[in-house]
Amino acid sequence: MKKHINNLKIINRKSLNKDFFLIDLSVPHTINEILPGQFVEVLIENSANTFLRRPFSIHDIDYEKQTLSLLIQIVGDGTFELSKRKSGEYLNLIYPLGNSFSEPINEKTLLIGGGAGIAPLLFLAKHFNRVHHKFSVLLGVRSENYLVRFEEFKRLAEVFISTEDGSLGEKGFITNHSILTQGKIGFDKIITCGPKPMMKAVANIASDQNIDCEVSLENTMACGIGACLCCVEETKHGNLCVCIDGPVFNVKDLKWQI
Amino acid sequence: MADLKVKIHDLELNNPVLTASGTFGYGEEFDDFIDVNRLGGIIVKGTTASKREGNPYPRMVETPSGMLNAVGLQNKGVDNFISDIYPRIKNYKTKIIVNVSGSTISEYVEVSEKINELLNIPAIELNISCPNVKEGGMAFGTSCQAASEVIKAVRKVYKKTLIVKLSPNVTDISEIAVAAENSGADSISLINTLLGMAIDAEKRKPILSTITGGLSGPAIKPIAIRMVWQVAKAVKIPVIGLGGIMNSADAIEFILAGATAIQVGTSNFIDPQISIKIIDGIEKYLNHHKINSINELIGSL
Repeated sequence: MKKHINNLKIINRKSLNKDFFLIDLSVPHTINEILPGQFVEVLIENSANTFLRRPFSIHDIDYEKQTLSLLIQIVGDGTFELSKRKSGEYLNLIYPLGNSFSEPINEKTLLIGGGAGIAPLLFLAKHFNRVHHKFSVLLGVRSENYLVRFEEFKRLAEVFISTEDGSLGEKGFITNHSILTQGKIGFDKIITCGPKPMMKAVANIASDQNIDCEVSLENTMACGIGACLCCVEETKHGNLCVCIDGPVFNVKDLKWQI
Repeated sequence: MADLKVKIHDLELNNPVLTASGTFGYGEEFDDFIDVNRLGGIIVKGTTASKREGNPYPRMVETPSGMLNAVGLQNKGVDNFISDIYPRIKNYKTKIIVNVSGSTISEYVEVSEKINELLNIPAIELNISCPNVKEGGMAFGTSCQAASEVIKAVRKVYKKTLIVKLSPNVTDISEIAVAAENSGADSISLINTLLGMAIDAEKRKPILSTITGGLSGPAIKPIAIRMVWQVAKAVKIPVIGLGGIMNSADAIEFILAGATAIQVGTSNFIDPQISIKIIDGIEKYLNHHKINSINELIGSL
């Protein structure tokens, strides 16, 4: 698949809470080439402490409006600088990058997103919805105020929530949610994205119940196109680049201690 | 139209812009973004005798105006290069140079000997300056005697243009450059990365799995230019300059300091089209200043 480098116009920028914001970018001509699970590398200009591009999952695609959305959490200078960009301005993107989630051949999938890890799952949920694949969603956040994009997921599937403080849904870590802990899980595949410790805990549960599990990794990377070999993950096939061999991996190929 | 052609010993380059080893893969990674054939040359990823997995993750950390890396020469080995990669890239209409790396003199010799047989590889860059491997690597580039031994051994088996890549992690880089010249190097490229370190203050731990790594990017540019200037005065063979080149003005600085050609490295990660923009920028500079040939500019401070 051909990669592009383009200046894309910001059509809309919207704050969701104090940490998260959405940026919709106009992607004429090339929108149909983008697959769920892929990511982009964004150039962040005028930020003295941001030297490299920043990788972000593709959060959503609107095929009619020909827009691509990024769901971004402000975690440092680069993402803070991006949060100040306005509609009408342009961002330089390299896209689409990486592999994609595999097409469903199973019965029913559970999507598990923790924190900013929900970003690639909305695009995937829309895709599943379009191809009539059965799925549910489990979202985990620190507390109710941190929950974003709930309504968008809700429109597509049954959504379970866990919050660490119990302010919404079940109280506790996402991996303690009753759909994962009470008897046999009613899904034959899990797809997860979130902090690595969370994904490893999810992978453990999947492994215990003999369920196929895909994870989307976000190892620190420089180039995004397989040139620098910085973002590697140790796999059963050697060190592989998250940017071109991933970001989506099947847990059975990784060397996680599970 | 200004003439951009330069010569590195027997190696004729259409223009002085090369891409630095480890920052440009095998060229193919950039096919979607540029016409790779327009480059003066590509220096492909460091190649060793056997397959290497490199260092554990994390291998990279962003630093002010640069980055530290500790990739550690991950590559599939010279035999795989010859059987799998070379057939795919040998027909590029640019000069393909292999960066030869190793832990022992015999490893450098083995790789160089095998690469010598490849018709479409007109030169090697002997990497005696990698800071990210436990054995060999930089150790060969930090003493005149060690550098001399490995270069002499490779010179015996390698018949084409032999470029030696030097480490900046030394007291006097001109001394090493002179030793390299006297041992049979046809050209010197410099600088490889500077040994650096970054710490996560919250976790109170080093960020890289290897603790230290190699610093690259514009942060090191003034050091690189100073070293190119020193080395260009000390040796008669052509010098290839690299270290933090982000645009054509940076490239011109290196050329004025004495570099016959330059390498674009870390900036390929930020703008995959930068190498071509630098070629165009150099040409524009020459035309603007009414300089007929890039060769008039080399070392013309």
